[in-house]
Amino acid sequence: MADASGTLKQFRLSLPATPDDIARLELGSVVFLDGIVYTAREGVYKRILEDGEPLPADLSSISNVNFHCSPAAALDGDGTYRIGGVTATASFRFSKWMSDWLDRTGTRIVIGKGGMASDDYKSVLVPHSAVYLTTVGYGTGALLGRGIKSVRDVFWLDELGIAQAMWLFEVERFGPFIVDSDLEGNSLFAQHGEAVNRRLSALYDGLKPPALHRYGETDDRKKEVM
Amino acid sequence: MIANSTIEEAAYRVMEKAAIDIPEDYLSGIKGMIDLEKGDLSAFVLQSMVENWEAATEDRRPMCADTGLPRYYVKVGNEAAAEKGFVGIERALRCATARATHDVPLRPNRVHPLWRTDNNNNVGINAPEIEWSFEPGADWIDITTVHKGGLFGTDYRMLFPGDGIDGIKRFYLDTLVAFGKRGLACQPAIVGVGLGGSKDTCMQLGKQAACLRTVGDRNPDPKITELELELKALGNDIGMGAMGFIGSSMVVDCHIEVGHTHTGGMPMSVHTFCLSSRRATARIHADGTVAYRTDPQWFTPYLRRETVEWQTPAEPLSNSG
Repeated sequence: MADASGTLKQFRLSLPATPDDIARLELGSVVFLDGIVYTAREGVYKRILEDGEPLPADLSSISNVNFHCSPAAALDGDGTYRIGGVTATASFRFSKWMSDWLDRTGTRIVIGKGGMASDDYKSVLVPHSAVYLTTVGYGTGALLGRGIKSVRDVFWLDELGIAQAMWLFEVERFGPFIVDSDLEGNSLFAQHGEAVNRRLSALYDGLKPPALHRYGETDDRKKEVM
Repeated sequence: MIANSTIEEAAYRVMEKAAIDIPEDYLSGIKGMIDLEKGDLSAFVLQSMVENWEAATEDRRPMCADTGLPRYYVKVGNEAAAEKGFVGIERALRCATARATHDVPLRPNRVHPLWRTDNNNNVGINAPEIEWSFEPGADWIDITTVHKGGLFGTDYRMLFPGDGIDGIKRFYLDTLVAFGKRGLACQPAIVGVGLGGSKDTCMQLGKQAACLRTVGDRNPDPKITELELELKALGNDIGMGAMGFIGSSMVVDCHIEVGHTHTGGMPMSVHTFCLSSRRATARIHADGTVAYRTDPQWFTPYLRRETVEWQTPAEPLSNSG
């Protein structure tokens, strides 16, 4: 078995992360977190940024990490929560809210699945001195579950349901995550995508597009769906 | 008579097993890919997944917190008898889903498409889906669940006979490339290809091919076997590994299922099962005992049956009157 973990740089950050900590994160390095992480996705963004509801907690003093995820959780009769694990959801679809959200909350680390478009890193994350971390394999729910020590708070559980509510988790050695964007807005996914693109024309050689085209379809496989 | 409570308990157990225990055929498939993987990030992802599966088994917590869209495949022996019939089975499966969502716990994923309301139990209108099949001469009931996501990595296209095998390869590559970048398809995965049928059966066949056959299993038609192996190699030659990082780990295996289709068309679907490959099966015997396994044994010769015994009448039909 190739021992890849030894070749990748590792960081362990205490939260809220300091600007210096964030500046040290390099593309492709592995990150573990300690402290408080909160979840926010479409339900929360709509409520606060579109419906004008106030933030339920003073996030900037508690946590500067927004995890695009929701937990496999259950509420027991005594009012306590059992968290099995968390898994990220695709972040690109939250682009339209992110700039306002970072303004409002002081968030500096965004975690999710698939990253955001490179342009969004440059126009949204970079001006806020924020970086993006991706979860690993997208399915490391059990490892991430081990890192969640307790639920500090949960907001709008009744209105939004378990999956969309805002959760504040106390975490310890929470990870692994991989750094996808740095403070300059470089994207690891984009770099690897370009390397894949360089081989594509040979792979497609001789394979014609199908007889029926779909509306708006492109034959350029170098374009990404997001 | 198989009691509803027995069915509910078995369905609950397969929900739990699918969420927590990686199928052994898939795990060994992934371990084999790690040995060959040269990309350091892709290899790191695969190693992390193996650690994640170990953690899931040790802690008895789900491998992935995204429950996907859990569904059931139920194969009923033609001689089997269940309390309160098919409606009784269905009710037991819905109850088991709600219970497993709370107890395991699974993330409640199912919401109304427009109102986004969540019952917090993965049960709703038309959810979970239940697909039925039958087996002659058997008195057992097989309950299989698969938890597969539905947002990325699955696509359908109407191809035509003139597009040929090259057209099949082209659409297969199109799908893997489009959704493989950034790992949106959660690869590597077992990839299922549905060929033929009507548009909806084509989608169903492809999903069944991805989720209900084990790594290493081959289609009984030798020419389709050959195409399966060719597509598997093609996918791993894209240069993309886990999460879209540079590498060679895209396809753990490729399975093709076919259905006779319209003479003018060649519909095709591509489905990537995810990196967690969540599936589990329970066989409930007539005496109420239950055996668990990870091979759904869904594609029996009866399910792939080809035609009927029928002869053209010797005498022309009289058309008088």
